[in-house]
Amino acid sequence: MIGRHTVGVLVANRFGVLARVSGLFSARGFNIASLAVGETEDPSVSRMTIVVEADGPTLEQVKKQLNRLIDVIKVQELTSDGMVDRELIMIKVSISPETRTEILQIAEIFRAKVVDINQKSFIIEATGDENKIVALVELLRPFGIKEVVRTGRIAVSRGPKTIA
Amino acid sequence: MKKTGADILVQCLLNEGVEIVFGCPGGANLPIYDAMYRAGVRHILVRHEQGGAHMADGYARATGKVGCCMATSGPGATNLVTGLGTANMDSVPVVAITGQVKSWLIGNDAFQEADVVGITRPVTKHNYLVKNVDELAQTIKDAFHIARTGRPGAVLVDIPSDVQLAETEFIQPREVSLPGYKPRVEGHPGQIQRAIDALNAAERPVLYVGGGAISSGACPELLELAEKGRIPVTCTTMGLGAFPGGHELSLGMLGMHGSQYANNAVQDSDLLIAVGARFDDRVTGQPETFAPQAKKIHIDIDPAAISKTVPVDIPIVGDVRDVLVQFNRQINREEPTEWLNQIEKWRRQHPLKWKSEDGKLLPQYVIHRISEMTQGNAIVASDVGQHQMWVGQYYRFNRPRHFLQSGGLGTMGFGLPAAIGAAFAGLPDPVVCISGDGSIQMCIQEFATAVYHRLPVKLFIINNGHLGMVRQWQELFYGNRIMASDMTGNPDFARVAEAYGAVGLHVEHAEEVDAAIDKALSTKDNLVVVDFIVEPYENVWPMVKPGTAINDMMGTISEMA
Repeated sequence: MIGRHTVGVLVANRFGVLARVSGLFSARGFNIASLAVGETEDPSVSRMTIVVEADGPTLEQVKKQLNRLIDVIKVQELTSDGMVDRELIMIKVSISPETRTEILQIAEIFRAKVVDINQKSFIIEATGDENKIVALVELLRPFGIKEVVRTGRIAVSRGPKTIA
Repeated sequence: MKKTGADILVQCLLNEGVEIVFGCPGGANLPIYDAMYRAGVRHILVRHEQGGAHMADGYARATGKVGCCMATSGPGATNLVTGLGTANMDSVPVVAITGQVKSWLIGNDAFQEADVVGITRPVTKHNYLVKNVDELAQTIKDAFHIARTGRPGAVLVDIPSDVQLAETEFIQPREVSLPGYKPRVEGHPGQIQRAIDALNAAERPVLYVGGGAISSGACPELLELAEKGRIPVTCTTMGLGAFPGGHELSLGMLGMHGSQYANNAVQDSDLLIAVGARFDDRVTGQPETFAPQAKKIHIDIDPAAISKTVPVDIPIVGDVRDVLVQFNRQINREEPTEWLNQIEKWRRQHPLKWKSEDGKLLPQYVIHRISEMTQGNAIVASDVGQHQMWVGQYYRFNRPRHFLQSGGLGTMGFGLPAAIGAAFAGLPDPVVCISGDGSIQMCIQEFATAVYHRLPVKLFIINNGHLGMVRQWQELFYGNRIMASDMTGNPDFARVAEAYGAVGLHVEHAEEVDAAIDKALSTKDNLVVVDFIVEPYENVWPMVKPGTAINDMMGTISEMA
């Protein structure tokens, strides 16, 4: 059964590593739903959070093939109840004198922030899990979304255990 | 004392034990060539970089050492792609060194620039672009380590020409430390115990052996296991030679063009032990139908190979040789007489043989005679197609590292340069290439390399005037619509050989075969090309229909004893 799985990957922080990882996915026909990457506390190591759409055997292959890459240091699957995950979104939404207050109220309920404002639009910034982000987008859609930018999921396991 | 990058590179290659480099110079690797000249490195000029990559590959397959090839930037490097992909698919250790345009020109669409690291990423185990001369020595050390350890493979190092010229202090590289690369050598003891218990209890076991048994050097252990446990052995094309072909427990090759008895044995087994084999689709046929009653044990150094196409009951990740040593210590089983009798019955019912027809020169006969006359001791490189399968069926390999062929990628053009690479290794056994009229034309320019170096390679062309395997499939599965597989326009290969300075022979009749093979085998200082004009419509039998189970074979010869 195909599901969405979150995989945390520690990689050497070197040029070309992102291309190696994404190339592996495209070459083997694996579906990436999102991929987020950034440096860790150790500047020689980066961490990727990859959300992959796959069935069980394919997910196994994804993990094994990632492990095969020389630049990949560690691969860990994160389960939905064993991880904290977040995504950042910025939404540029149209405003008018009649809708401004309502939009601000929505943002407040979602603990989102307005980070830019002019006569015609807000930029609203929000973080949260995917459901929250989707809900916010749907609520703002009727007002006229001009632009959306999302980071994709980042995730870390709960408790003292670490990937390293 | 400071050294240039090129000098450091050459020093590192020598430190890694490189004895010979196959390559072609160009603007972006001239500093390396100059450094090799000064250091007296043995270099073989190839006529096409693809030939160089296959030569390094053939050398590596025949010797077990790392093969080394070289090319300039841009087109030189892109010409290596097929050769690197070929080596990598078959887990052969090859290191390619390519020149790159000057580092400040990278990304500027400079003359003869190509993103070589990007282009070769999918066909190598790993690759590098060296941007700083201070990183060069360590990179070369890491590259050779990656190529030869774990599941071996191809590694490419791309070096901009300014890095080749830059000077720095040569510092001996430190021991390899790659945090993401730690191949597991020793199998999990618990899993090994489970596997041994399963083997001791099995009634109908079969060993299914691939190229991994050869590359890990596990052939003596394999023989010991088979004999102690009285276990029949079938090999993939990559595994041929891992187990003596003439042994009573040998079932020869399995899979699409394997024998009916090997395929029956696999399908009817209750325990299948895969040894350094990867359940390739040419072996398994329809995966769901493969060895349906068998408990499956898979021993492989590459975790990603396990349960990739066929689910496995007992996976053992580790070096095949290490694991088999432990098997041999604890194996304790009785001779499975009933099982061996059943297999003998199949062997008699469906022997692997061809139908002789009067006056026709059949390819199987030619290969059979080559096998007989070399007593199974030649190092045989083959190309890809019908002749390759006939070699797998009718050349009786006795020893490992004697069958060099492109198993995974199926590369036409591989055979001759691979044979040349093996011939440069200076091994005592004769080096033979068995090719097809289609395949040989994909790297035919390497005739020059063989002739110039007076290499005693024997090239036997099984000339059926077609891309034979394509024609066979068109006949069987495309209503005999022979589209683009007729090779009308072929040259006279014997005369082509002579034009290059080789010995050329032309054979059309069965009674001339032995004399031609004899002439080739007795020629000690030149390439001999024998063009065997064989029956054009002969097919490779038996054959598994694509998409079916492997014991559902077409073209089996039935014979009751």
